[in-house]
Amino acid sequence: MRYMLLQAYGAVELEDCLPMTEWAPEDVRAHIDFQHLLNAELLDSGELVDAQGLAGPDVAKFVVSDGVNPPRIIDGPYPESKELLAGYRLVDVDSLDRALEIAARSSAAPGPGGAPIRQPIEVRQVLGAPDPEV
Amino acid sequence: MTRPDVEELLRQLAPQALGAVARRTGELADAEDAVQEALAAAALQWPADPPGNPLGWLIAVASRRLVDEYRRTDARRRREELAASWSIHGRPDDGPQADDSLVLLFLCCDDVLSPTLSIPLTLRAVGGLTTREIAAAYLVPETTMAQRISRAKAKLRGRRFELPADPSSRVRPVCEVLYLLFNEGYTSSTGPELSRVDLSGEAIRLTRMLHGQLPDEPDVAGLLALMLLTDARRPARASADGALVPLAQQDRSLWDHELVREGIVLLNTTLAAGRIGEYQLLASVAALHDEARSYDTTRWSEIAKAYAKLESLTGNPMVRLNRAVAVAMVDGAEAGLRLLEGLELHDSHRLHAVRAHLLEETGDLAAASQEYAAAAARTANARERDYLVEQAARTSALCAAAPPDTRVKPAGE
Repeated sequence: MRYMLLQAYGAVELEDCLPMTEWAPEDVRAHIDFQHLLNAELLDSGELVDAQGLAGPDVAKFVVSDGVNPPRIIDGPYPESKELLAGYRLVDVDSLDRALEIAARSSAAPGPGGAPIRQPIEVRQVLGAPDPEV
Repeated sequence: MTRPDVEELLRQLAPQALGAVARRTGELADAEDAVQEALAAAALQWPADPPGNPLGWLIAVASRRLVDEYRRTDARRRREELAASWSIHGRPDDGPQADDSLVLLFLCCDDVLSPTLSIPLTLRAVGGLTTREIAAAYLVPETTMAQRISRAKAKLRGRRFELPADPSSRVRPVCEVLYLLFNEGYTSSTGPELSRVDLSGEAIRLTRMLHGQLPDEPDVAGLLALMLLTDARRPARASADGALVPLAQQDRSLWDHELVREGIVLLNTTLAAGRIGEYQLLASVAALHDEARSYDTTRWSEIAKAYAKLESLTGNPMVRLNRAVAVAMVDGAEAGLRLLEGLELHDSHRLHAVRAHLLEETGDLAAASQEYAAAAARTANARERDYLVEQAARTSALCAAAPPDTRVKPAGE
């Protein structure tokens, strides 16, 4: 079964966690290495379907249209940018437990001084086609 | 024959078979469908039962499929049916013709196709890649890529399979598509590292072929020189863990000096022949970098001049960015920053990255860190973002470590 593990931008439970651009350089490197390593592991285990980071909230846009008039296009910056999606992993796993285990690993990614940033990971099952036997 | 042998052979033969079949039917789309079916059949049969004449086999099977298809769809298409049937019995000119691949390239890079359609079609029809390989290279599902290729073929339906009357006037869009393909391979790094087809290598192969057929076209020679001189630096462009290494910090002993030599010979030949276009100028810049023993001893004033010519030739504001970097190396970071004032490049991460770099040179670490962070927020390239975030962190740490009164230099210094 497939699960989307969604990461919001900047929302972390580690208190006083600065934006990544203000961490010590070695902490930035450790964090990036951690993400690459996790992807490599999931690729090896055959569970990784896709992993993507999204460009920053500064260049995000919102579009609303009634299908008739020209669409309303809203540009950043956004006051609530912490709620915007920063990236996702799409995994194909045997159980919900395994998806939660991967999400927990991802949540404990290292931050300043190596302390886990405790980033909330939204775990959502991806809907599939109905079972052909039913 | 082993399976990989068959795959490699099919890749070489696919464009030749397509050229031969399309030349007979006079049309690309149907021929392409038929050749794809023949390739699929070959991939299954050949490992156990290799044919004596593989190219003839592909052409014969594809032609038979075409005849079947025409019989099925429309009796009025007897003329095409006849044309297709020739190949079954063979005719004196049955072998592939040198300009088939050229005709294919011109058709695939036609103006009616946007690059998102021309590139995949070119990779399949001329490059001989499978839809699956192309889909993997662009990280999209195979069905999506298959659909894109069908849309491209549909747009070309009815187009004659023949060389344009004046090939020279049509070289430009072909060069643009090939350069886009090259850059896609050179900068691509989105998502997890999967085994991806080498798109830059593919672009070079196709451009070599085009240059072989049109050796006197200055744009083609310039483009090929540019690709060779740029690709020569590839071995030094990423560290062992995949991080981006900027030009200034690259280990120049890793560069492919054989490619550099070849590129420079080609560039000198085309420069001597006259008309200097965009690709020759870009190749000249690449050559100046490749010839330099270090970043600091690069002939920056020559590079600045080449970019100035390019800017007046193209009016492209992105060229100004590169020129600013070169000018800063000659006349100092402030001179570079002055060139960037008032530049209209909305949301360009490169503008912020160049500004960050120059601000760091002037010692304004706080502003540099902010600009690196702004660049990181705007790039669409994962590897580049990692690099820019690290630079922001580094300059921010340096700034915090500096004594308070020197953190920001007074304005005008």
